[in-house]
Amino acid sequence: MSKIIKNLKQFSTANERLEGAHLLCPGCAHSIIVRELVNCTDHNLVIANATGCMEVCTAVYPYTAWDTSWIHIGFENAATSAGAIAETYKVLERKGRLNKNAENTKVLAIGGDGATYDIGFQFLSGAVERGHDFTYVCLDNEVYANTGGQRSSSTPVGASTTTTPAGSQSIGNKTTKKDMIGIMAAHGAPYVAQVAPNKWKDMIMKFQKALEINGPTFVNAMSACTTEWRFPSHQTITVSDLATDSLAFPLYEIENGVYTINYRPKNIVPIKDYLAIQGRFKHLFKPGNEHIIEEWQKRVDKKWVQLQKMEEMTNS
Amino acid sequence: MANVGWDEVNDAALLNPFENSMQDLVNTAQSDRDYSLFSSFSASTASWRVVKPIYNSDVCIHCQNCWVYCPDSAILSEEKKMQGIDYDHCKGCGICADVCPTNPKSLIMYEEATVEDSALASWPEKKKKEKKA
Ligand code: SF4
Ligand code: SF4
Repeated sequence: MSKIIKNLKQFSTANERLEGAHLLCPGCAHSIIVRELVNCTDHNLVIANATGCMEVCTAVYPYTAWDTSWIHIGFENAATSAGAIAETYKVLERKGRLNKNAENTKVLAIGGDGATYDIGFQFLSGAVERGHDFTYVCLDNEVYANTGGQRSSSTPVGASTTTTPAGSQSIGNKTTKKDMIGIMAAHGAPYVAQVAPNKWKDMIMKFQKALEINGPTFVNAMSACTTEWRFPSHQTITVSDLATDSLAFPLYEIENGVYTINYRPKNIVPIKDYLAIQGRFKHLFKPGNEHIIEEWQKRVDKKWVQLQKMEEMTNS
Repeated sequence: MANVGWDEVNDAALLNPFENSMQDLVNTAQSDRDYSLFSSFSASTASWRVVKPIYNSDVCIHCQNCWVYCPDSAILSEEKKMQGIDYDHCKGCGICADVCPTNPKSLIMYEEATVEDSALASWPEKKKKEKKA
């Protein structure tokens, strides 16, 4: 059963399902997001976790931070594992062999952007196409943070990473971020959405929806990374606020092809304010690189217009 | 099994965070759970801290912002009331102090060695709103 959560006070009565003393960096948004994910529902959860920060930091032998069933297999196959687990539950239920305590179970896969956008992409695509009943949550920090900050196909243009370092001959990463939400929607998944940790109410509404809907659902969670984005650990929510208010990460959902924009900032902040607070974009403010920020702003504006048009079109 | 190294475990490691089987997790408060040594709840990250949050219950409005945004499940909250900080699990990131909306703040970051009572005795006064120019 999904809980009805009306306000934060009520949400705070949830009994914790992700324990502290995991080894994620101080100020990491991953565990903020995952705490909201595992605490927003009363369902039993079975979680398949791809290799990545979340996996490696929450299961360092002999400790586990998880109070739910949780499995790690490989970098690429979280979606496949989740699909298989979902099918196993179905078969057991059909044969009447499902343990009574297991009846109220939802299956989740969690992966970083490396596991989702790159390494596990084919596996995720297959699992969604086959239509297994599971929810995939991508913790999108736009970089391979766990292995030392290499670029992924989620890394935005201009970001300095260890494999695309900024310098006199380089602006940092040359390519723009892959539109994973569009790609997952194109698979015909019944529910695809984007969330951010600062908007907790929107986030748990979407997590609950994704878990409740039958079939493969996908949620991309922007996850500010204090280490690789280079900002002080106490600013995680500030950076996330700038990400949603500048529309670098617009909050929207696509349910059976119908677009809904869930958050329209009262005052849209310029993208340069979002970039300026992060060390990975510092070089973009040097003379000669102004065009990168200008182009970025244009891309964001265009995407916002596009989203509103899609919303209008699919709701009429 | 706690003394077995990862390379001595066959195929995979199976870690049970609870001593006994856990039937009704979502309705069992942390204080009533029988955590095993495999749960990170039994471990501590206190040594990571350089600064620590100190909590002043006189100003707190129990909004639970700190609870929802703490990445380390280190804000103790019971029956909709903020109860203080779990210093075994807090890493001192400072997010809770950042998101606390009261004036003055109910959570402020201090050097790790600060004595709580002396911090509370010299808690900042309410700040006047800066006039917009
Ligand atoms: S954020 Fe501040 S006011 Fe709100 S519950 Fe926490 S300490 Fe109290
Ligand atoms: S300083 Fe960070 S880890 Fe400690 S209680 Fe506050 S938010 Fe949680």
